[in-house]
Amino acid sequence: MPDIVIRKRVTIVEEILHEGGPPPQQPLLRGAALSVIRNPFAGRYVEDIAGFMDDLTPLGVEMARHLLQALGGDPARIQGYGKGAIIGSAGELEHGALWHVPGGYAMREALGEAKAIVPSAKKVGGPGTRLDVPVTHINASYVRSHFDAMEVGINDAPRADELLLALVMTTGSRIHARVGGLKASEIKGQDGLR
Amino acid sequence: MSVRIRKMVTVVEETLQEGGKTVNPPTRRAAAVAVIENPFAGQYVEDLAPLFEVGEELGELLAKRAVAALGIAGANVQSYGKAAAVGENGELEHAAAILHPKLGAPFRKVLTKGAALIPSSKKRGGLGTVLDIPLGHKDAAFVRSHFDGMEVQINDAPRANEIMVAVAVTDSGRPLPRVGGLKHSEIEGEDGLR
Repeated sequence: MPDIVIRKRVTIVEEILHEGGPPPQQPLLRGAALSVIRNPFAGRYVEDIAGFMDDLTPLGVEMARHLLQALGGDPARIQGYGKGAIIGSAGELEHGALWHVPGGYAMREALGEAKAIVPSAKKVGGPGTRLDVPVTHINASYVRSHFDAMEVGINDAPRADELLLALVMTTGSRIHARVGGLKASEIKGQDGLR
Repeated sequence: MSVRIRKMVTVVEETLQEGGKTVNPPTRRAAAVAVIENPFAGQYVEDLAPLFEVGEELGELLAKRAVAALGIAGANVQSYGKAAAVGENGELEHAAAILHPKLGAPFRKVLTKGAALIPSSKKRGGLGTVLDIPLGHKDAAFVRSHFDGMEVQINDAPRANEIMVAVAVTDSGRPLPRVGGLKHSEIEGEDGLR
């Protein structure tokens, strides 16, 4: 399988102090690590692509570690996560699906015992395409206060033969969460859902 | 006037490849952005001096954040720039009041130097407005390899009564510069031009 060729890395940290309501003691942090890599399958149909997931694993682990550092370095602070991919125009949506396993593995590797599925989004798009990466609680997908998303994008990526891979982590709920539902304080954290 | 910040965002971009060639060491840029309340939105106010103070406060805060995001000493910054986007209920002059009178001095203090003019841009716009922050060498504006720009965007800013204020710094020029002109290694750095 081909080597991973990285053209560009982007790190984004959002610190949200309030959104018009009472500022919480701790601002919410949302962070994203993005890598722009060459798509080895661009421009042609390749049947057997699954082996590339193994090649992506070390990149995912490195991105998750880097993202955790950008958010302060303490895995215990991370409460939400998500992942996504944008596939350049000479690639297939299916190439973005290669990110599911290594991206999810990488976040669990960085965070330890995360139980919940890592929500994801992907699409085919040109340079500057924006992706709304969905975010949910790391141990219980139904925690309503943590249903969130972070928009990411890079003005010059992905080019036609590239993949833009994204990991997102957050340190808490929406800044003024108040629509009820399962609370983070109420979860059992066994089945990844509640 | 103390600045009322809703949100802060930092972005780091690293370019490892350009035109298929490896960039070694990778070029790196960082931007720090604050989304603040515009105290003069929706009204004409003659005396904008309170916004000068806001600029001074943000000059230090954003410069420190951008430099920290690159993980280098301020003195090792090579180029810089600044920009602002005013929400729809504000005036372009509000951006000018933040950027021009007092933001530069604390910015330069963080970098220990900065003989050159800080290149700038400003605009009015809605949520998701894209700012192209112009970049120039911090001690010698004519260094051609460092004429550059960095795009930043926040999907939920600026709201109508907000201003988005950004600074950008780099530890390098463009990747693979080869259009001649004054070089980083040749500058005197006294008059801000050469």
